[in-house]
Amino acid sequence: MSMSASFHPVEQRGIDISHMRVVRPIPYGRYLAVALILLAAAFIVKSFAEGQVDWSVTWQYMFWPNILLGLVNTIWISILCMSIGIGIGLACALARDSVNPVLRGASIFYTWFFRGAPLILQLLLWFNLALIFPRMSLFGLFEVRTVDVITPAVAAVLGFGLNAGAYASEIIRAGLLGVDRGQFEAAKAIGMTNSIALRRIVIPQAMRTVLPPLGNEFISLIKMTSLASIIGFSDLLRSVQNVYFINTRIIELLMVATVWYLVVVTVLSIFQHRLETRFGRGFASGVRR
Amino acid sequence: MSALSDPIPLVRARGVGKSFHGSIALDDVGIDVSRGEVVCIIGPSGSGKTTFLRCINQLETYDKGAIWLDGELLGYREMGDTLRPLSERDIARQRSKTGMVFQRFNLFPHLTALQNITEGPVRVLRQDRARAESSAMELLKRVGLSGKASAYPSELSGGQQQRIAIARALAMQPQLMLFDEPTSALDPELVGEVLSVMRDLAGIGMTMLVVTHEMAFAREVGDRVVFMDRGRVVESGPAGQVMTSPKEERTRNFLRLVSRA
Repeated sequence: MSMSASFHPVEQRGIDISHMRVVRPIPYGRYLAVALILLAAAFIVKSFAEGQVDWSVTWQYMFWPNILLGLVNTIWISILCMSIGIGIGLACALARDSVNPVLRGASIFYTWFFRGAPLILQLLLWFNLALIFPRMSLFGLFEVRTVDVITPAVAAVLGFGLNAGAYASEIIRAGLLGVDRGQFEAAKAIGMTNSIALRRIVIPQAMRTVLPPLGNEFISLIKMTSLASIIGFSDLLRSVQNVYFINTRIIELLMVATVWYLVVVTVLSIFQHRLETRFGRGFASGVRR
Repeated sequence: MSALSDPIPLVRARGVGKSFHGSIALDDVGIDVSRGEVVCIIGPSGSGKTTFLRCINQLETYDKGAIWLDGELLGYREMGDTLRPLSERDIARQRSKTGMVFQRFNLFPHLTALQNITEGPVRVLRQDRARAESSAMELLKRVGLSGKASAYPSELSGGQQQRIAIARALAMQPQLMLFDEPTSALDPELVGEVLSVMRDLAGIGMTMLVVTHEMAFAREVGDRVVFMDRGRVVESGPAGQVMTSPKEERTRNFLRLVSRA
């Protein structure tokens, strides 16, 4: 805005703002930011183009069967572990606010343990479960050796799923706390039981605030699954490494993994956006404007 | 009084008491509401009016006395000379005999006006959707909002939201309607439209228990008025008598204070 030399009171003659042109201030800040971003992007692109990266190799391995297999492994284990996590998280969140002190205690303990112990350590513990329980049996009906059951995939599912549950429980609990108490009362006033009221009234409203942080968790889980390579699970990163251990084209193959991770995360973000629109119906949204 | 001629009143409360962490909210409250009667509860804030209403709908538990709804003891089953708390399902069933209208509407913001009304009939009464929707449209017409079926609560004014909330409660075909200060959160010019819907309801014989600060409504629409103060029923009687020539000093003081405002 320009500073005029002195302030003149507006002359109150017949002005109608709909007949006048509005001159908006020029957003210099935005132009500067765009310029800086373009400059940085140009620098990065130039470095990669001139650097020791053979893009034809990257392209060649993009759809390599073993790498695609690693990609599929990363995707299914992420989806499975997140589903387990959301299931456990919901149960824990509800248990935490239950009137039953045993459920409350169990929920608090669960979150404390699985958030507290490092993830790598949890993976190693599950993978080495046989050292504590050499054999497993179901009420003495049949018995198996633990090492036969706990494959790298099973250990990874347990490790990531239980860990995701601990984080998801706090996210979901925050969402439930955010729904006005009056909603639950109104639902009960029309004769709903607790479970119908939760399913139909409270949880759909909590979804709105739960989705963004839950999307965060999912994305970080997808990337964290690469930790499972230490117990021998062949995820995307592991399968890429397997190739470059042999042909030594390290950067080219890391680019393959980078592209695939970004593709997965992009698809997920689109999905998340759709869900947010779906659960945002009826609510004035966000802070923009 | 009509309560005496009716052998089993719809609501009978005797000696009802409740305390929150040592402070007494209700003390020896006794009220009868007969079928078709409109009873208004007035009194200063903190007098226990709302708490009493919430006890009838079991959103609060009472810890002294007894409340019967339609002849059934609320919240407990008698087993010899002991009481067993009712299961959640039985409480939900008892609750569905009453409709509740809240001060702050509490419409479900993620559902349209029509869905707010059909949610109870479809999920609780297990009506099929088509039937629930056609009776919901009838109710929308009755509260004067036929055109707003697909509007979300955030798109409606306070008065419109409260009328939808009344329709939502009516959709469960309750025997008793509970109103908890239904106009206290409304802009002054919107109070009239909600009161007129309530007046119509009283006109078709709905049994109503109304906690209100609208003295004119209590006088005109109420059959009986109950004045509460500090958790106790101070005075109750025919609306005209309590509102114009109260017997108790405290009632007189309260009425003088609110009429001055």
